[in-house]
Amino acid sequence: MPEKHLSTQFDSELTSVSSQVMEMGGLVESQIRQAIYSLAQFNVEAAQGVAAAEARVNAMEVEIDHELSSIIARRQPTARDLRLLIAISKTTANLERVGDEAAKIARMVCSIIQSGAPRSLPSLELRVAADLASGLLKKALDAFARLDVNAAVAILKEDDLIDQEFDGFVRKLVTYMMEDPRMISPSLDLLFLAKAIERIGDHAKNIAEFIVYVVKGEDIRHTNMAKIESVIQ
Amino acid sequence: MQVADTQALKTKLSVKDLNFYYGKFHALKGINLEIPEKKVTAFIGPSGCGKSTLLRIFNRMFELYPEQRAVGQVLLDGEDLLSSKEDVALLRAKVGMVFQKPTPFPMSIFDNIAFGVKLFENLNATDMEERVEWALRKSALWTEVKDKLHQSGSGLSGGQQQRLCIARGIAIKPEVLLLDEPCSALDPISTAKVEELIVELKDDYTVVIVTHNMQQAARCSDFTAYMYLGDLVEFGPTEQMFFKPSRKETEDYITGRFG
Repeated sequence: MPEKHLSTQFDSELTSVSSQVMEMGGLVESQIRQAIYSLAQFNVEAAQGVAAAEARVNAMEVEIDHELSSIIARRQPTARDLRLLIAISKTTANLERVGDEAAKIARMVCSIIQSGAPRSLPSLELRVAADLASGLLKKALDAFARLDVNAAVAILKEDDLIDQEFDGFVRKLVTYMMEDPRMISPSLDLLFLAKAIERIGDHAKNIAEFIVYVVKGEDIRHTNMAKIESVIQ
Repeated sequence: MQVADTQALKTKLSVKDLNFYYGKFHALKGINLEIPEKKVTAFIGPSGCGKSTLLRIFNRMFELYPEQRAVGQVLLDGEDLLSSKEDVALLRAKVGMVFQKPTPFPMSIFDNIAFGVKLFENLNATDMEERVEWALRKSALWTEVKDKLHQSGSGLSGGQQQRLCIARGIAIKPEVLLLDEPCSALDPISTAKVEELIVELKDDYTVVIVTHNMQQAARCSDFTAYMYLGDLVEFGPTEQMFFKPSRKETEDYITGRFG
């Protein structure tokens, strides 16, 4: 928000809640990084660390929602301010879900390690997809901080890449399971893990959609790229 | 989000190229505006933007002052009320006004309402009683005053006095009701009652309200006009004006970034 309100207190409340969102985003990003590390190294300690951060992320979601209710009750925000607060509420909900997905990845990594055959699984592609998803979330948070509509639209396009990676991985995994039925159980863990990565991309995309909502006042959820392009003109 | 769609509605008041001067001061600059029938239209804007000036033109209140001049047209059902030879009293019977401060006449509650009716209609005692009750019920004051109709109107609370003024305004069955800051001197409970009333009144009347309280415009109007320094900056459906105004000036004002 470049221009200042007449009420500097209102400005500082908005700044404060926005920086809390960024802090929460940072926490979630580090959860994902740790989850990816545990996947790459098949490291149990790293995997357990992901779940430990979850309580803090959940608490931040509650704190931020409380702040938002308080601002809405006292300031009766309108127009862009109102849209920003709604978008923040939706964004924190998405971030919390990303944290859940990171914890799910960590759980699956532990389960795969326990199955005793981690190295023979085709996990390399997943690391690529996980890096993509984590990068996408980072970009979404950066774009949210700057309320950058063009960056937001680029994120929407990039999420399609992750979805394609996921589809390709599922096909490969099916082949792998057919070749060696003993690998079906750990492969299913890997499938859930891949799905969690794909969901992280979706959440990043949701956050990007709310950036357009704040800046342009248009809800572009469940529309197509042609409509989105016309909105940002 | 719908674009301003006043086309589908019947226009009650149509303002065309309206300029207004206080002596040499150019207070309204080329205003064009269509006020839809049986809707509530709110004028918002900072002090001195011309919103009350515009409202006062609608019943030619400005003609009391010789140095004030309106140039342009204001059509009431297609008839230009500025060039009309019609008696101003008849115009004001069609276009009633309620002011910022409650202005009860120094007479009984009953007579406050009957006074105006007597000027335009010749009702017998029963019909007059019915009319007074009707106006008081319509303005949500009846239950509070029905046992003291013959006591002085100035003995009522501020909120009750304002509703009495609204009752007086609607008793002569105008077509348009102009409200100039009707709640600025009222407490929140009286304000809520007047706002309830405004929403109910639009079933029968075209209501135009000037307010400094933007949330009031947001709560009880269907259309909102934002004015600044004598210009009409933006006019549209209230929901759109408060969620996604198309002009940056409007957004700055309603979000409190003004100045």
